[in-house]
Amino acid sequence: MTQEVRLSVNGVHRSISCDPDAPLLDVLRHELGLAGPRFGCGIGLCGACFVLMDGQPKSSCDMPVWAADGKDLTTVEGLGDPGAGTLHEVQQAFLDEQAAQCGYCTSGMIISAVALLLANPSPGEEEIRKALDGNLCRCGAHGRIVNAVLRAARATASRITADTAGTPR
Amino acid sequence: MSEPGLPSSLAANPVLGNWLEFAEDGVVTIRSGKVEYGQGVWTALAQVAAEELDVCFERVRVSPVSTGSSPDEGVTSGSRSIEDSGGALRQACAQARTVLLAAAAAKLGTDAAALTVRDGALESGDGPTGHTYWSLYEPGMLDHPAGAPVAVKPADRWSVAGRSAPRIDLPDKVTGRPRFIHDIALPGMLHGRVVRPPGPAATLDALIEAEMPAGVVATVRDGSFLGVIAESERVAVTAARRLARAARWTERDSLPDEDDVAGFLLSAPSQDQPVAERSDADAAGQVTQSLTAQYTRPFLAHASMAPSCAIGRWDGANISVWTHSQGVFVLGRAIAAGLGLDPAQVTVTHAEGAGAYGHNASDDVALDAVLLARAVPGRPVRVLWSREDELSWGPLGSAMVDRLSAGLGEDGRIRSWQQDVWSGGFIGRPGGGGEPRLLALTHVEGGKPMSPAPDGVPSNAMGSTRNAVPGYDIPDLQVTRHRLLDMPLRTSSLRSLGAFLNVFAIESFMDELAAAAGADPVEFRLTHLTDPRARAVIEEVADMAGWAARPAAEGVGYGVGFARYKGVSGYCAAVAEVEAETSIRLRRLWLAVDVGRVINPDGVINQVEGGAVQSASWALRERVRFDRRKITSTTWETYPILRFTEVPDVAVRIVRAPEAAETGAGEVAQGPVAGAIGNAVADAVGVRVRDLPMTTEQITRAIEQS
Repeated sequence: MTQEVRLSVNGVHRSISCDPDAPLLDVLRHELGLAGPRFGCGIGLCGACFVLMDGQPKSSCDMPVWAADGKDLTTVEGLGDPGAGTLHEVQQAFLDEQAAQCGYCTSGMIISAVALLLANPSPGEEEIRKALDGNLCRCGAHGRIVNAVLRAARATASRITADTAGTPR
Repeated sequence: MSEPGLPSSLAANPVLGNWLEFAEDGVVTIRSGKVEYGQGVWTALAQVAAEELDVCFERVRVSPVSTGSSPDEGVTSGSRSIEDSGGALRQACAQARTVLLAAAAAKLGTDAAALTVRDGALESGDGPTGHTYWSLYEPGMLDHPAGAPVAVKPADRWSVAGRSAPRIDLPDKVTGRPRFIHDIALPGMLHGRVVRPPGPAATLDALIEAEMPAGVVATVRDGSFLGVIAESERVAVTAARRLARAARWTERDSLPDEDDVAGFLLSAPSQDQPVAERSDADAAGQVTQSLTAQYTRPFLAHASMAPSCAIGRWDGANISVWTHSQGVFVLGRAIAAGLGLDPAQVTVTHAEGAGAYGHNASDDVALDAVLLARAVPGRPVRVLWSREDELSWGPLGSAMVDRLSAGLGEDGRIRSWQQDVWSGGFIGRPGGGGEPRLLALTHVEGGKPMSPAPDGVPSNAMGSTRNAVPGYDIPDLQVTRHRLLDMPLRTSSLRSLGAFLNVFAIESFMDELAAAAGADPVEFRLTHLTDPRARAVIEEVADMAGWAARPAAEGVGYGVGFARYKGVSGYCAAVAEVEAETSIRLRRLWLAVDVGRVINPDGVINQVEGGAVQSASWALRERVRFDRRKITSTTWETYPILRFTEVPDVAVRIVRAPEAAETGAGEVAQGPVAGAIGNAVADAVGVRVRDLPMTTEQITRAIEQS
């Protein structure tokens, strides 16, 4: 049953010996010790387990690990510059807006928001709501989360402007 | 004996050192019996401690709640944490400060009254004294009971409390650092899964031979309790599936018709008790116009984002449990009672779970973990429920029927009001009614079915009749509770208990009465309210929503709702704006709240926003589905909750009442929001929808019946 699977997670290439049919979430949490992707439903209906796969938000609870072989994966732990202790703009915006209650859905929300901003750096509120529609929140923090994504989009835009103008970051 | 006049939680747990210590340099460690589950209570308690001690907010750490070290404050529920724990902690901090200042005064040969504190450093009129809380603190210094109450800092001198503080738990949550119980990995930990029966009345007949995958450590069968323990979570899940296929159950019809829950509630045996009564024959005699209406709600699920999880371990005769229960002390006692142990043998430690909105499955999974761990002494066993089990085996908020009738006088004022409430119990937590009330105890060999959940003393504050007494000035009034004596689905507390339906019913009926009286809904409410704080939130929300100038557009409706939670707690008024096309779209909610003195304004706003969205989700979408044998709404597709594209814009304003005692904020919105939405739907559609949830199907039915 056990096979070698090559995973690139948060910029690190690894070869992991595991059951290739195991859910990716299981491998991320138990083999790689990543707590950010969370189990919510097991059938891809809530978004708590979302990871970025080649820039797209994907549920990891119902994806066999073989399907991630050779793909570029990012979890919430890999956003920003963890080594330097720098947060991604979306993470910072979630703090600035206090955009959570229990926070169990937060990592999946952040992953969806990062994917949205990669595809569309200046989304409107409706686009944000649509992009986050696959992420459930039971505490009712939706409004704050939308505001956080809007804030992150503004922060991204001003950084890009500054970069283009040659201003040091 | 504790000193008279102390806050009740401190009187019950008088030793100051149980509440705070200064053992780590530069850090104040506080302990509370109240647990964090996303409501932000730890942040607010840290603010209270920082304020009273005059230390920076960042210096305060909150210690995890454990039966081994924390004050026993019962259950974290009923929006009482700020009142109970905040009040106790404030007094404990004030007394600890007195102790430390006295120690400094003795060393300095000065009067303690001459000393002040700046971020934990003691100063006299001459400047720094060189002493700090930490240099003065000696272990054991606070290990004595609280003395007579000392003066606490008045709110007008607050600089940390009363201002918005960032939540102390969020940095971990945006970066994915382990924080939840689900993330705990103890050395040698095994993974367990429980295979539940197919329905509440099913029993296990036989288990045919099943091949278990490699990595299974043990299977456990005890009566109808069936579980498996494995080296890894993946193997545990696979093994549980195989075990489920190998199990042979006897299933029985035990549930009512899901399409006639009201009929079931009204016809089942019930105990009838008065909740409130004030007779005024003169007023009743002045009635010239009477109305009657019936309102219902379905069973509701907690539907927390995370399935419940726990870790259990047996070390000889002693049990350790890690849990996200809202009541670690009551859980410890219930586990001990259920297993015939001394409570001292059970240590229960809290770790954060996902949002909790009442009595969910957290306690049940803790016993599951303990029962499985018994098979592997010395090794911790982590059990995680499936989403399906979470939605079908967790306690539910009871379905309810409210029947109201009222009479108006010639002047259009309410003279009399009768309200009858039919419901299952809402107080089914562990220990309730003297029973452990843990699910697995009903499945183990010789286990007994759980009795229907208690509902507390019939009153406006408790159980199904919470907020069943309208807060309006009504001279002649009778409220009666009909508590069901038999309840085939397990019910217990869910955010705001009966207040969700009771306030929906009262506020819907107020609009029906206003229409009969030819009055504007806001004016009609104000006519029946003399309490200035009640009037203030209604006037504030009407102002926020532009009520007086609300547009009259085809298919768009506005509605108002109001309640004072439990009749004695926080005030909340809401206005809803809905649009009715093929379905109801809730566009906006405005809320004004008065929760007395506020510790963390942004925390209050966050709680009220969240309560409003959850209430909207209940009111518009949610309904536990079942057939005669089992719950069938076991996924997010069959138990839908409001999503981003459906959630309204929510605006919240706090009406300041700095002189009034703090109240909770987490539940104030549930009833008023439901009432406001119901009234807005009636305004938009022209038909009153009295059965929740207000889905297209129910609205169509209401139109057909009108």
